[in-house]
Amino acid sequence: MLRLDGINKIFGGLTALEDVSLSVTRGSITGIIGPNGAGKTTLFNIVTGLYTQTSGQVYLGEKNISLFAPETLAGLGLVRTFQNVELFGQMTVLENVMVGLHTRSKSGIFSCAFKIPSQIREEKYIKEKGLKWLEFTGLADCADLTACNLPFGKGRLLEISRALAVEPQIILMDEPAAGLNSRETVELASLIRRIKELGITVVLVEHDMELVMDICESIIVLNLGKKLAQGTPREIQENPAVISAYLGEG
Amino acid sequence: MTKERRQILIFLFFAAAVLVIPFFLKGSYFLNVLVFIGINTMLAVALNLLLGYAGQISLGHAAFFGLGAYISGILTTRFPVDPWLAMMLAGFCAAGLAFVIGFPILKLKGHYLAMATLGFGIIMYIIFNETVGWTGGPSGLSSIPNLHIGSLFFDNDWNNYYLIWIFTLGIMLLSINLSQSRIGRALRAIHDSEVAARVMGVNVRILKVQIFTVSALLSAVAGSLYAHTMTFISPVAFGFNFSVELVTMVIIGGLGSIYGSFLGAAILTLLPELLRVFQDFDIVIYGLMLILITMFMPGGLISGIETLAKFVVSRIRGKQSNA
Repeated sequence: MLRLDGINKIFGGLTALEDVSLSVTRGSITGIIGPNGAGKTTLFNIVTGLYTQTSGQVYLGEKNISLFAPETLAGLGLVRTFQNVELFGQMTVLENVMVGLHTRSKSGIFSCAFKIPSQIREEKYIKEKGLKWLEFTGLADCADLTACNLPFGKGRLLEISRALAVEPQIILMDEPAAGLNSRETVELASLIRRIKELGITVVLVEHDMELVMDICESIIVLNLGKKLAQGTPREIQENPAVISAYLGEG
Repeated sequence: MTKERRQILIFLFFAAAVLVIPFFLKGSYFLNVLVFIGINTMLAVALNLLLGYAGQISLGHAAFFGLGAYISGILTTRFPVDPWLAMMLAGFCAAGLAFVIGFPILKLKGHYLAMATLGFGIIMYIIFNETVGWTGGPSGLSSIPNLHIGSLFFDNDWNNYYLIWIFTLGIMLLSINLSQSRIGRALRAIHDSEVAARVMGVNVRILKVQIFTVSALLSAVAGSLYAHTMTFISPVAFGFNFSVELVTMVIIGGLGSIYGSFLGAAILTLLPELLRVFQDFDIVIYGLMLILITMFMPGGLISGIETLAKFVVSRIRGKQSNA
């Protein structure tokens, strides 16, 4: 599904990622873990087109997407959420999700300004789909609230709803559980499982080990910009290299 | 009543008010002021699409207004071009120019974008002023023909009023439609978080250029209408001061509100007229009022009015439930 081949990223003199190769199976939930500064978010930024890698290739299916811009990737069904929740704060919850349908609609400036019939139909479709996704994540009650007034946990859910509205093949979540309380984290885990059931591949960067071990089928460990290990939760928990990276050299 | 229904009603009410107002006015003075409010509303709405929705500043929008006016003026005075055709060409040229300069300029953000558009405005002003052979230079371009449909000439205040306001209402309606569509949402998304907008598949670079182009097109049409109704234009009207005044109209009225742009344009056109009674102090009071509005109505006049209306409604409801 998603394959990285020899990714290097150098910021000035600092090597953030060094020869990272990994692959994510279609329809799986994959976790990327590692201590702070391991390069997890950098990796996400490269895959989603926000950064350009110094060298190496990224493939989505058979397609080489190494140099694609984020807006192109969204059209191909690759979408992400952010660690610090990037909502459209001044817009309503429903409007946020409706922006997610941007690539699934096509009326241009003039058809929108003149409200031609196909645009009116499309607008109706966008709204219905948007509401459907809000129901999926349980935010339908908040549809008309302004996004910046949402409590943090619901903001996270909104960001996920908006990403789902893109109808992605694969969704990358950057620390989806950060800042959530334990009840919200449990709900998040079940939401991620339901997303998987839709046939969407999920990749998440996460610090909450309990969550990662619980929902991920495959785990990739990064440390100091290098891939340390990849395997099932059990394999990772028993891997001596991983243990020493987390607990320090014994 | 659905939100959409309510909005249609508000627009119809507004349009009806605009169309009947002249019947209640005596003399040409007020009609003239209202013509100016109409032209300024078109410009404020055009700038609002860029500034209020997409969140991209332009300190050179008077240049597009001037470009529209001069292209229309030059084509109809120096060549036998029909004024309507001249208006279309003016819009087309301004849009073309905006499209070409939009790509490099709109890569810039914040203060740098402000500086670049400011520079563009100044360059255009110098061109209006210095190409005396074409524009007439500082002494202006006169005897620009009026627009006409068959034998109906837009050469008196009454006709001009309807000409200008039909265009204004049209531009307002199109802008309202646009703001409530996927394009409008994408623009507001850019305003709130450019990176999230990109991840959602919004082609930010192209969309910014597109809205800049549309904004320039509308401003140039307003410029052309200005030239054909005033029949005289000179560079003073298209300088840096007016660019700043347009930005002020949009902000005072309310960023991202089409009716707000009308309010902003109306207030900034009316204030200097109303404040004449204070003679030399008018500029002080004018400045003071702008400061007070921005301090106490940070969302602009339109949100001030909305807050007030909600307050009144809740007070009335409160009294009813008490009784």
